[in-house]
Amino acid sequence: MTTEIHIRCRDLEKGFRDKAVLRGVTLDVRTGETLVVLGGSGSGKSVLLKHMNALLTPDAGTVEVEGTMLGACSEEQLARVRRNIAMLFQQAALFDSLTVGENVAYPLREHRLCAEPELRERVRAALDMVGLGSTESLMPAELSGGMRKRAALARALVLEPRAVLYDEPTTGLDPVVAAKVNHLIRDLQRRLGLTGVVVTHDLGSAFFVADRIAFLHEGRIRFVGPPAEARASADPYLHEFLTAA
Amino acid sequence: MIGSEALRTPTRGGRAALPAGLVAFFDAVGGMAFLSGNALRTAIRRPPEWRLISEQLEQVGWRSLSIVNLTAVFTGMVLSLQLGSYLARFGAKMFVSRIVGVSLVREMGPVLTALMIGGRVGAGITAELGSMTVTDQVDAIRALGASPVRNLVVPRLLAVLLMLPVLTIIGDLVGVLGGLLIGVTELNLSAAFYVNSLLQVLLLEDVFSGLGKSVFFAYFIGAIACYEGLTVTGGADGVGRATTRTVVAASITVLVSDFFLTKLFMIAT
Repeated sequence: MTTEIHIRCRDLEKGFRDKAVLRGVTLDVRTGETLVVLGGSGSGKSVLLKHMNALLTPDAGTVEVEGTMLGACSEEQLARVRRNIAMLFQQAALFDSLTVGENVAYPLREHRLCAEPELRERVRAALDMVGLGSTESLMPAELSGGMRKRAALARALVLEPRAVLYDEPTTGLDPVVAAKVNHLIRDLQRRLGLTGVVVTHDLGSAFFVADRIAFLHEGRIRFVGPPAEARASADPYLHEFLTAA
Repeated sequence: MIGSEALRTPTRGGRAALPAGLVAFFDAVGGMAFLSGNALRTAIRRPPEWRLISEQLEQVGWRSLSIVNLTAVFTGMVLSLQLGSYLARFGAKMFVSRIVGVSLVREMGPVLTALMIGGRVGAGITAELGSMTVTDQVDAIRALGASPVRNLVVPRLLAVLLMLPVLTIIGDLVGVLGGLLIGVTELNLSAAFYVNSLLQVLLLEDVFSGLGKSVFFAYFIGAIACYEGLTVTGGADGVGRATTRTVVAASITVLVSDFFLTKLFMIAT
């Protein structure tokens, strides 16, 4: 694994109304690694994740993705950055009015990346990769929670990004489906060399997929390091978080 | 940047002295102006696919036809009935078609059509975009490197801008027909007299005044509905509140702006 930095967050601060959510977060995500951000509900994990593809803009601080400062980008430049940094949303966020196949084809059509026959091939390949080969014509409402997340992952991967941001990928899934999603995240990293940032409070998932773990508590990073070091950490909040489960 | 977050003005110091309602009002007006400017730029630089626009044209135009026609025909009928019985006292029943026709074309047609579209289409747009916002679908569009303004806002704004004047013309015609029906059946006027009498006084500028207003109304309805939908917070409850706000704001804006637009068109013509 290289130590090149894929995503660099510096002194991020973000508040909503009068509530400070991020209070000076500094965090590096190395190219090709899977970094898991652990933290309790309301600790600012999802808010941090949404800064990494500029869905949210920080009140202070900077985010740099593959050397591009997101704060200095126009919406058109951000669109180009986002093509290479996919996101899996907590609620999957499939478009209700489109079939699964149309959902996966959406980014390809939007960016006019290929002709229709090739597009159909790429959609099929993306769905096969997540084990949903036969669902192309189904509507999102006809899928289970786990299938929706996998379909959303297929949509995120169809543009062949270099990084994926996973927002609570296993929340709300039964253990069997959660394990499938975990394997998928790990396989994507190993087979395709994708950089991954996984936000979760599911410890089983975290220790299964993580190369490194960051612990976010009350808007501040209190620990970053390999899973083994996390387990042995003397930080009282991290210790409490890990042992409470 | 365009997104629900970008449309909200961030809280800054120095505004605490202003009443919260006033701040929210100017936040909304600023957000709508920003969204409109962005939609215009996007529509010129990279217009959305025709498929997205045609879907909205059908949604806004074809599917609103029955409610617009129903409103127009009964408005024409009731105007004709009221004026007919009132004017008959002065022996002026023959002027019914002129008063009904001109008031429908200049005023009631555009306003009532806009109120109906504000309720049906405006609420629909806010509910749809609001649901997409709270389920992260709008953020998903941005995360895929696409533009919610291009794919969601521009087709809806264009559809309302194109279809409201068309619906207004249809509503005007149907309203006049409603008046004619009562003129013939209740007021014992002949159909030919009713139509000829109206055509003698109805000027092209009357029609253009009504249509001109409907373009402004369309913009207000579209901008309010899209802005409210994209700035929804708080789940299903938030979607409900935003939808109500759209209907109220669109109706009030139509009614208030109607006065000023009427003055404007009077000066212009």
